[in-house]
Amino acid sequence: MSFVNYMAREINCKVVYYGPGLCGKTTNLQYIYERASPESKGKMISLATETDRTLFFDFLPLSLGEIRGFKTRFHLYTVPGQVFYDASRKLILKGADAVVFVADSQEARLEANLESMDNLKQNLLENNLDLDKGLPFVIQYNKRDLPDVTSVEELHKLLNPNDVPEHEAVARTGLGVFDTLKSVAKLIVAELKKQQTV
Amino acid sequence: MGNPQMVMYEEEFNQIQHVVDRLVKDANARVVFIVDKNGQLIAAGGDAENVDTTSLASLTAGNIAATGGMAKLLKENEFATQFHEGEKANIHIQLVGNRVILVVIFDAKSSLGLVRLRVRKASDDLNAIFEKLLKKVQEPGADSPFAEITDEDIDNLFND
Ligand SMILES: Nc1nc2c(ncn2[C@@H]2O[C@H](COP(=O)(O)OP(=O)(O)OP(=O)(O)O)[C@@H](O)[C@H]2O)c(=O)[nH]1
Ligand SMILES: [Mg+2]
Repeated sequence: MSFVNYMAREINCKVVYYGPGLCGKTTNLQYIYERASPESKGKMISLATETDRTLFFDFLPLSLGEIRGFKTRFHLYTVPGQVFYDASRKLILKGADAVVFVADSQEARLEANLESMDNLKQNLLENNLDLDKGLPFVIQYNKRDLPDVTSVEELHKLLNPNDVPEHEAVARTGLGVFDTLKSVAKLIVAELKKQQTV
Repeated sequence: MGNPQMVMYEEEFNQIQHVVDRLVKDANARVVFIVDKNGQLIAAGGDAENVDTTSLASLTAGNIAATGGMAKLLKENEFATQFHEGEKANIHIQLVGNRVILVVIFDAKSSLGLVRLRVRKASDDLNAIFEKLLKKVQEPGADSPFAEITDEDIDNLFND
């Protein structure tokens, strides 16, 4: 649920990075945090276990450019990917304006990607959100640098039947990370426009 | 359609800010801020420059979401009030009208009793303001600057 503040002339939006455990959600945010200019970013918060697995969420506030005189502020969140943290995932999806699904391209993780996608749909429905009803949605095929990855064609077929924007990525080096972010930001702004013209 | 938007106008913002500023004074608080349940900061007052209100806002909302989740599992109403006592700073968190979260940070210059008392009054005032705001947002015909967004505007978002 975007928050339009006419007083501060700001638009605030919430973007949630979703995907199976260890697919690279936190790494995406870390890279954005490292590369964003100091004046555009706030502090990154990671509520993680001692082994650096996300326990509740990561949070990174990021300002992008202005649109029609309004500052755009994006609140980026990651969910914990491990299966048993489902209750937390549901909470974090609440009020999302957009979702980025980060898939782990490794063949061994194919099943985990499919399960996570199903889980996403289920949890969105419980939050009255629906990928089939125009919720801005982008898919990232991460870890393209590793051997034994599933082809993008195959991943597309299995994960992206609605043909939403998709990007190949190596989050560890940053490849594709900003392309993914840009693409989701554009969808959010386009949706904002649509909502206003109904 | 997806989610309805939350909107803030100048008139209501000023009223909210007034409540916040008064609460800072009346409760002898260090910082007072208001967050929506998604973690977006709505207003802040007191010594807000010296704390990271953006981070606090997101953590507060996460906290309320987590305890709300626990309440649901116990078939309990949402826990509307939370209090955390530190060595120097104390934090009082109040859910207002199940919509927004009122956070008061205070030290030894104040007391829990005083904060509780003042928060009660402020909550009533805030409830009334958000009630009004909600009605206003639902009225049709408010013209929006975003209807005119062009593809070029969207491309320009990243050109800096
Ligand atoms: N080779 C390679 N490793 C990556 C890539 N992206 C992330 N990793 C590594 O994968 C591991 C897990 O990354 P995280 O970002 O913590 O994964 P996550 O999705 O946040 O995991 P959870 O918090 O458990 O849900 C880390 O060791 C990363 O360095 C990539 O593109 N290529
Ligand atoms: Mg993580």
